Amino acid sequence: MKRKLISTVIASLLLLIAVGAAAQTKGGGGKVSDGVVKIGVITDLSGLYSDLSGQGSIIAAQMAVADFGGKVLGAPIEIVSADHQNKADVAANKAREWFDTQAVDVIVDGVNSGAGLAVSKVANEKHRVFIDSGAGSTRFTNEDCNPYTIHYVYDTYATGSATGKAVVQHGGKTWFFITADYAFGKSLQQDTTTAITAVGGKVLGAALAPLNTPDFSSYLLQAQGSGAQVIGLANAGGDTINSVKAASEFGINKKQTLAGLLVFITDIHALGLPVTQGMYVASGFYWDMNDETRTWSKAFLAKTKKMPTMVQAGVYSSTLEYLRAVQAAGTDDADAVMKKLKSMKLNDVFVKNGYIRADGRMVHDFYLFQVKSPAESKAPWDYYKLLATVPGDQAFQPLSLSRCPMIKK
Amino acid sequence: MRLRMAGYGLLVAMGLIAPFVVYPIFLMQALCFALFACAFNLLLGYTGLLSFGHAAFFGAAAYATGYAVKTIGLGPAAGILTGTVAAVVLGSVIGVLVIRRQGIYFAMITLALAQLVYFFFLQSSFTGGEDGLQGIPRGHFLWVINLADDRKLYYVVLAIFLFGFVLIDRTIHSPFGQVLKAIRENESRALSLGYDIDKYKLQAFVISAALSGLAGATYAIVFTFVTLSSADWHTSGDVVLMTLLGGMGTVFGPVVGAFAVVTLQSKLADKVGPLVTVITGGMFIVCVLVFRNGIVGEAAGLYHRVVGRRVDP
Amino acid sequence: MVDAEMNQVLGISLPALLGQLMLGLVNGCFYAMLSLGLAIIFGMLNIINFAHGALYMMGAVFTWIALTQFGISYWWSLLLVPLLIALFGVAIERSMLRRLHKLNNLYGLLLTFGVALVLEGLFRHRYGVSGLPYSIPDAFAGAFNLGFMFLPKYRAWVIAASMLTCFASWFVIERTPMGAYLRAATENPKLVQTFGINVPVMISITYAVGVGLAGLAGVLAAPATQISPLMGSHLIIVVFAVVVIGGMGSIFGSVVTGLALGLVEGLTKVFYSQASNTVVFLIMGLVLLVRPTGLFGKEK
Repeated sequence: MKRKLISTVIASLLLLIAVGAAAQTKGGGGKVSDGVVKIGVITDLSGLYSDLSGQGSIIAAQMAVADFGGKVLGAPIEIVSADHQNKADVAANKAREWFDTQAVDVIVDGVNSGAGLAVSKVANEKHRVFIDSGAGSTRFTNEDCNPYTIHYVYDTYATGSATGKAVVQHGGKTWFFITADYAFGKSLQQDTTTAITAVGGKVLGAALAPLNTPDFSSYLLQAQGSGAQVIGLANAGGDTINSVKAASEFGINKKQTLAGLLVFITDIHALGLPVTQGMYVASGFYWDMNDETRTWSKAFLAKTKKMPTMVQAGVYSSTLEYLRAVQAAGTDDADAVMKKLKSMKLNDVFVKNGYIRADGRMVHDFYLFQVKSPAESKAPWDYYKLLATVPGDQAFQPLSLSRCPMIKK
Repeated sequence: MRLRMAGYGLLVAMGLIAPFVVYPIFLMQALCFALFACAFNLLLGYTGLLSFGHAAFFGAAAYATGYAVKTIGLGPAAGILTGTVAAVVLGSVIGVLVIRRQGIYFAMITLALAQLVYFFFLQSSFTGGEDGLQGIPRGHFLWVINLADDRKLYYVVLAIFLFGFVLIDRTIHSPFGQVLKAIRENESRALSLGYDIDKYKLQAFVISAALSGLAGATYAIVFTFVTLSSADWHTSGDVVLMTLLGGMGTVFGPVVGAFAVVTLQSKLADKVGPLVTVITGGMFIVCVLVFRNGIVGEAAGLYHRVVGRRVDP
Repeated sequence: MVDAEMNQVLGISLPALLGQLMLGLVNGCFYAMLSLGLAIIFGMLNIINFAHGALYMMGAVFTWIALTQFGISYWWSLLLVPLLIALFGVAIERSMLRRLHKLNNLYGLLLTFGVALVLEGLFRHRYGVSGLPYSIPDAFAGAFNLGFMFLPKYRAWVIAASMLTCFASWFVIERTPMGAYLRAATENPKLVQTFGINVPVMISITYAVGVGLAGLAGVLAAPATQISPLMGSHLIIVVFAVVVIGGMGSIFGSVVTGLALGLVEGLTKVFYSQASNTVVFLIMGLVLLVRPTGLFGKEK
């Protein structure tokens, strides 16, 4: 009798939930909602990229809204967020649902190139703005460019070439890649290869590892067997951390140099300086560059207990600049805002005199750092020393080489 | 009988007005999974075979359709047909390999073979691997209906769902279906009555695979996007849950279960993130321990106790 | 991008080949331990323990918690964590699995599947998936430089410990009176009950042992691989395939198959690394065609 009672209760509850949930989702027509400017943060909240973006990106967006004043053109600003779990279809479906039923005006972050590219297509289809700060594939501004997408912070060309060239110039001529087997990893490997061969480097081989590989030891053994001087890590986040850990366990980093081609300060923090000292890091942002960055970063640290990565700083900046563009354009209509964004000069804690090109690329200065040794580091998070500043027009792929169909040649 | 007709009527009526009340994409997602769950139920609820690898058929059809429509340039109708055929072929091949096993062995082997299929998709270039097959054009259904409009697409999907649903219902209530139920109840007795049970099981398996494929093919057109998760074993697990929750061995059960699970997962994913897995697991546990007849099964039981008449839902 | 070494026939550089084989052997040890636990539970209780991977993961995470929250060293963890996991297993068995005894064992499969999802989800929620760091205990730091390859000391220990455990388990089950009681109790519970032996306790012990082995595997894995809530689900399907290939009731079969498969995977990585994920399932398909009950199995 009790079992029947439980079952009946469960059945009724479920039916109620189903009806209630269904009733809430109103059919959408796709109108931009007047009265509210909604910003959607699509990111990886629990996976291998969650430290370098994730919750920190959401907080960065909130900080931008607060610093902007909380309202634009008299309308309130709202932030919604979602976890794409590193699945491109989840990201795309969420974006579609947001645009159709929740009147979201702009999506930011977009870490994970597969997810970002998928969202970019949806944004293009629905005529809404997408500013990606998290993903790296150069396809955003080449094959997959579209009028509604901005690639804001970095791409595999910028980080791969800067790091690659630096390593070759310091003697690392022969390379073996360990590459994350999806859009981003392959893009990074390709762009780095182009850069290093241009300065006399040579690629001996590569191993493709699935995203989120738990154990890199067999790939590292392949790298060791190749005899290359440098092992290029064409992966990011958790994958990079695991590769470095495994390499140090097998003593591989004694004879061969590890080159992280996309490294974030959160990775260095997780691995520690003893293992990472001397590594080259190309980044668009570092908290300890000047007083403005220090002040903002410390405010970020207070909220998240971590220093911001370039992705999170980029989310702050892109949200802020978007709001400024809406203000200047007098509307949140996507076409007007995109036109304004592509004609503005961008200036905030993240970027100085930045601008957005016709192919969607946000051009700004890039920096080459080297990780300090434990002796050189005076405080927590004091990890980098600046080696060089690469001006924006040299850091990114020149427009003349772009394969973007939107560019008239 | 009248109750069944009423049930059908309710289903069709709700189906016709739903897109005006609820987000069409969500409805179409639920309908695809409802068809998938009904197809799965043919095997589990009516033949008594638990396959833990059905996502292989769903995913194979989705990829085949996506490839046919995007790369080869077929129209959506031809694309969906292609996907379904792909599922039939795969179902036949796997079916022949597994059909002589039973119970736990059957479940484990289907799981492992589905993994084989999954890794094949992971490595193939035509699937796009981790990135997935993106940008599948929706096209014009039968040259006339422009599927880019979500609402028109919805009615096409509804029609496909009803087609599959009626097919399954007719199969269950045919002599063929009776034999399947006999096999589920007592295989050795069915054998001793002279039925070639392997042949019947294989046929049921292939029909189930085909309709799972139809669901996957339709899914590809709706979402314009196919990824590895369509062939992942978590998806196989999801469809087991939908059938179990809705009611194994009932016709309407999987539909209810599919809607329930899709709703829960999409509404909760925003709020609780990874806890969705916990809730899914919790539902499995609760269903197995105290709720084995599922929603529709318990409702039918309730009706029987209250009204005094047995129903066959 | 072609690996320059790969074009020579057996001239793959010896260090590379041996290195991969060694890694494969270590993986094989994990496969062996986990499939041993699964085979014990299935062979004797007719339950497919889908939660096995999640319990292995719990073993690794508990080891990390033991060190970081309680300062318990690796050596104590080797003893305590499997016990904890075994107790947890007993709790699952008594509260939930026991009710399903009379039903079709597919329900047991579905229940443990649900348990696996719950555990994985909870740990994922709490710890994310980036991985928890656990360093190799000092006694095992470094590697033996054998000249033709590096053998990390910790991996050598893993091989030794798991082989010892598998042998000990096999010995206890097949050669001691306690093992005989366990086997008898699960083969014919009613009869054995009449002898005055407490069958439900025997069943709980069996489940506890199987699950404790998973926990032990988790402790061994903690310093070697990335501790992540997903580590169990990566492995569990491969382990199922191992058990199917080895023969679902056979303890000896699963250990041997586990090791062999680890080696085969290692070899595949050297010659054709794209296939290393699928080789297990290919072998499983072949074995099923030729010998449906597995290499060493007996039909139940």
